[in-house]
Amino acid sequence: MASRTALQQLSRRATALATLAPSRTAGFSTMTKVLHQHNTNSNSSNNSNKDTSSNQAETHFGFQNVPENMKEALVKQVFANVASKYDIMNDVMSGGVHRLWKDHFMRTLAPTPGTKLLDVAGGTGDIAMRFLDYCKETHGDNTASVTVFDINPNMLEVGKERFTKTPYHNTQQVSFMEGNAENLEHIPDNSMDAYTIAFGIRNCTHVDRVLKEAYRVLKPGGRFMCLEFSKVENPVISKVYDVFSFDVIPTMGQIVANDRDSYQYLVESIRKFPPQKEFAKMIKDAGFTVMGQGYEDLTFGVAAIHSGFKL
Amino acid sequence: MSARILTRANPSVLKQYLSRAGSSPTFTRSTRAAVPCASIFTLRSPLKPPTGKLYEGHIPISPLQRTILAVGSAFTALANPLRGDMVAALGETTSGIFLNRIRDQMLQDPEGRRILRERPVITSETMQLDTLRQLPDGTFGREYVRFLDDQQVSPDTREPVHFVDSEELAYVMQRYRETHDFYHTLTGLPVTVDGEIALKWFEMAQTGLPMTMLSSFFGPLRLSSEERERLFNVYVPWALENGSTSKLLMNVRWEEWMEKPVEEVQRELGVQPCPQV
Repeated sequence: MASRTALQQLSRRATALATLAPSRTAGFSTMTKVLHQHNTNSNSSNNSNKDTSSNQAETHFGFQNVPENMKEALVKQVFANVASKYDIMNDVMSGGVHRLWKDHFMRTLAPTPGTKLLDVAGGTGDIAMRFLDYCKETHGDNTASVTVFDINPNMLEVGKERFTKTPYHNTQQVSFMEGNAENLEHIPDNSMDAYTIAFGIRNCTHVDRVLKEAYRVLKPGGRFMCLEFSKVENPVISKVYDVFSFDVIPTMGQIVANDRDSYQYLVESIRKFPPQKEFAKMIKDAGFTVMGQGYEDLTFGVAAIHSGFKL
Repeated sequence: MSARILTRANPSVLKQYLSRAGSSPTFTRSTRAAVPCASIFTLRSPLKPPTGKLYEGHIPISPLQRTILAVGSAFTALANPLRGDMVAALGETTSGIFLNRIRDQMLQDPEGRRILRERPVITSETMQLDTLRQLPDGTFGREYVRFLDDQQVSPDTREPVHFVDSEELAYVMQRYRETHDFYHTLTGLPVTVDGEIALKWFEMAQTGLPMTMLSSFFGPLRLSSEERERLFNVYVPWALENGSTSKLLMNVRWEEWMEKPVEEVQRELGVQPCPQV
């Protein structure tokens, strides 16, 4: 009975249904409008100046091109929008398979007792939680510690919230840090045993700088591991994956989170990220030693684990 | 004299009123953009959106996306009626050929034709709410503003149309949404769940939109049994009778009826006020 009267009271606002145009998506579409204006301005100025070199370097933001200094702000807006529904959407988009990927990722890392992990783009804490659980369950160890590092405060808030429900809350084992993966200035050289970045590196503007910083903060013998969406080689599965990415995911984003644009960006950014071999080469170029090919495909290449050692 | 008219409207509808003018112009159906109808003779690839962007706010989606969105928004809207964007998306993805029918019915009426030509929008500026508040009690405009103030809503909060693949039909959909508040004032139905459902029955009798059918048949699932009893014994018979015999309300230029008393508006449109229970 109480719920029905509550519904009646809610229904008095029935004509205000459409006030649910949340400011977060308004923010994103405002930014894309600013983007388009910038694009048209730069096009017209290029035509008038006949200048071949542009003043600002451009990079990709999904399938659009944006000035480099804007990409960070745009990505920040995307993740501010998706933060509250991030975990639900992960489950919806991957059918829960992302959990298997992350479990396998942690088993591949196979941390030993006392490992200090830096989990970059760790946001909502999936990897950090699995790390601490692995050390506790496999080794009975409470000395492992993880620093969850993310550029976006909203994602960190969600992560902190989730950690309050675990036994690691208020212990030395987990700490949270906000910052940019391209510049880990507060983390000293040669201080971390392991560095992980799961589903974050494709959003960074300068992937090579991220890799260089990773190399700097790892101790000699330390391991760099990256879990990221990658290229599907099999043509049949690739086609199915494309349909799923471009038709189903943005629609589900709209239904669950009322935010089509952010999920459109996410699927486009996957296509823009270098494929497995190229990324493995980038890791080698940063100074890491890779074993074998340097990567392992998951689910036909939908995701891939790249790994390198600092020797 | 002959004139060439390009239109996507139903040719038989146009013939009727054009022949009255004496001349017999030739007209052809425009084939610029894909016809947004679900005919088996217009098979499209389920993965490609049929048109490009046709109007501000248009999001072209492929038939596969449309299906997913229709099903997903139906469940979401039923589970959480406050998700106005999902209610809107459901209406748009299921509208299909029915918006064509409404547009054709509007073309048959002089006021409807004027609306389609001039395309008035209803916002708080165009309605001049402050002027309406000065009107005497009992006039349509005054009651309308009173209704808005009581419910603390404004005409600016409607979700824009995104998923209709035709500019004209997007306007028809937009107009349908915007005039919803006028229906409340006209019929006297309250903004409770059962009032809204009764209004959806009324709109179903008027427009035949699938969205109204879905709300009419599945909406009552959320009501208590006594509300359902009242709905089906009192409101629905009233709604069906009045909805089918009244003038098509999509043809009404509401902006010009603001100063008339409510009873006169009801009489002219052939709508009896809803029974007070």
